[in-house]
Amino acid sequence: MALQERMEKNIWGMIIMLLIVLSVGGIVEIVPLFYIDKTFEHNKYPEIVWQPKPGQTLKDHKPGDGVRPYKALELAGRDIYQREGCYLCHSQMIRPFRDEKERYGHYSLASESIYDHPFQWGSKRTGPDMARIGGKYSDDWHRKHLRAPRSVVPESVMPNYPWLQQNKVDGENIQTHMRGMQRIGVPYTEADIAAAADEVNGKTEEDAMVAYLQVLGTMVKLDESKAYRE
Amino acid sequence: MLEATLEQKYNYSVVRWFTIMSAVYLVVGALVGVYIASELAWPILNFDSPYLSFGRLRPLHTNAVIFAFGGCILMGTAFYTVQRTCGVGLWSNRMAWFTFWGWNLIILSAVITLPLGITQAKEYAELEWPIDIAIAVVWLSYMFNFVMTIVHRKSSHIYVSNWFFLGMMVMITYLHVVNSLAIPVGLFKSYSIFAGVQDAMIQWWWGHNAVGFYLTAGFLGIMYYFVPKQAGKPVFSYRLSVIHFWALMFGYVWLGAHHLQYTALPDWTGSLGAAVSLAMIIPSWGGAVNGMMTLSGAWDKLRTDYTLRFLIMSLAFYAMSVFEGPVMSLKTVNALSHYTDWTIGHVHSGALGWVGMVGIGAIYHLITKTYHVEMWSTRLINTHFWTATIGTLVYIVAMWVSGIMQGLMWRAYDEYGTLAYTFAESVEAMHPYYAMRVVGGAIFLAGTVMMLVNVVMTVLSANSQGSVERARTAAATA
Repeated sequence: MALQERMEKNIWGMIIMLLIVLSVGGIVEIVPLFYIDKTFEHNKYPEIVWQPKPGQTLKDHKPGDGVRPYKALELAGRDIYQREGCYLCHSQMIRPFRDEKERYGHYSLASESIYDHPFQWGSKRTGPDMARIGGKYSDDWHRKHLRAPRSVVPESVMPNYPWLQQNKVDGENIQTHMRGMQRIGVPYTEADIAAAADEVNGKTEEDAMVAYLQVLGTMVKLDESKAYRE
Repeated sequence: MLEATLEQKYNYSVVRWFTIMSAVYLVVGALVGVYIASELAWPILNFDSPYLSFGRLRPLHTNAVIFAFGGCILMGTAFYTVQRTCGVGLWSNRMAWFTFWGWNLIILSAVITLPLGITQAKEYAELEWPIDIAIAVVWLSYMFNFVMTIVHRKSSHIYVSNWFFLGMMVMITYLHVVNSLAIPVGLFKSYSIFAGVQDAMIQWWWGHNAVGFYLTAGFLGIMYYFVPKQAGKPVFSYRLSVIHFWALMFGYVWLGAHHLQYTALPDWTGSLGAAVSLAMIIPSWGGAVNGMMTLSGAWDKLRTDYTLRFLIMSLAFYAMSVFEGPVMSLKTVNALSHYTDWTIGHVHSGALGWVGMVGIGAIYHLITKTYHVEMWSTRLINTHFWTATIGTLVYIVAMWVSGIMQGLMWRAYDEYGTLAYTFAESVEAMHPYYAMRVVGGAIFLAGTVMMLVNVVMTVLSANSQGSVERARTAAATA
């Protein structure tokens, strides 16, 4: 109690004590995530993450080759996904339960979101999980669903997004975004960035959104027989 | 004349303005909340407009209630409490007004940018980087003024409320700065420098501690001053408050990981978060008991003092929420509750029941003390009390039912061993509860409107009586 007594009389002592006490939990829980190899499954199974051969660009990636950065149009779609707050109702994180496996597919791995700045795991499923939505529905279905969700799913409570088909994606913008990503460690090559403008010019936000949704969960082919996580 | 002494010694003006604005923002925040709740019940209300769509308005709701209402009442009460308990005026009046205007401009910029879809896409930290910088500056001005006032105090000991306020200020600075680290790619767009699992952990370290420090420690600072003041009794146990304080400061920081149970976050982190969560029940209940027992010997006041009712009811909801939270962090419960409306229900039993009611109690107390008058209508406070209580209960019961139902429907199997329900069927089943939530929220909103009317009428009558002016010019007794 003597220490408490002193802190109650000395504001600076209390601030220093607080700085120390308040740091512990964060340091113990966050810092190791940057250093413990087991955090990421691709440290044990390197095939989870795409390793381009010299000279290869994003265009050479085939579905199943492994986790890669988003292509320009997909990134534009992801920006829109964030702008519209989709993550508030849709998770992108499948938990290792039988029902989730049957409903959504293989449980999500940490290595699958290494290029996700910020992460999109979400916290709420007002709508279903999106982690492996790619390839489950046709592009056409997605367009109808984005414009008027209740035209294809009568029970849905999702807003209509008719403005996506009118707005155009800006090529120069997306290049700036890719450069930003590059600076924080996403391995975009100069060729990827150079090709980006042509890839998205003339495309609508709806095209971008569909491209993003269709790539989710398709980059890597997971092996049912492997235990990626204990 | 006591009022004159207080009015001339302390800066009450900035407290008055923070208090009024918090009453305004509570109405606005609750109104947006009721609207987006209605959108989930009747999606036609999105009106095919980007600016009204749920995904853009939901951050507006959370920002309005947390940062606009919560921020204004935290700043108002901290500036009031620190002056009263230290026996000196604010260290800098100009800095206090900078904090007031700065904070309100930040709120205004949130009202403009969020419906435009300008967001960092991190929950409860949506505002883009230029606003984030402004938040850091204004927040530090708040903290600096608060600390310097304590430095110049006349009392020998720092009062317990101020420990809690200080703990919140320090931790929120940590959290806000680290969680908002981002690379700008334009004036209105940036990407978090963290990715995937690390970003998730940092986000929920922020997310849970926005709850733990901003909405709990800060509001406990309010509780530890306003409950004893309104009850006219000293805090029940000094020792209990010391334990409550340090256990909260140390423990809360760990809890964020429990938001990521069974995700791709390593198991050890989630389990650690859940273990500490469970341990937190003890100091939290200690604090709740400490607040309630402050009334021992004065329980009869609850019959006549409606402001006190708000404060005590808030402690009941606090005690309930800090029990429910750890239960939900248990892995078996979390497997069911995560991703469902149960989480939303839990948040609102804390937000409406605890944060809302203790904040409302503080608003009524502050209006009477700083305007040197009685409230315009005490009966209206009583009606507000019942609408707030009933509204909160209807809301959380609706979310309990819908949340548990969702969880059970998603994992249900039929006799053939296949999933019993499609996702869409679970959405359809939620409709009655989403409508019920709108009703609960609307009842709560009605109460906040009554409060705003009461506050405005009180201020108008204080102005016509010239009570503030009289206190300012009268000869002080001390």
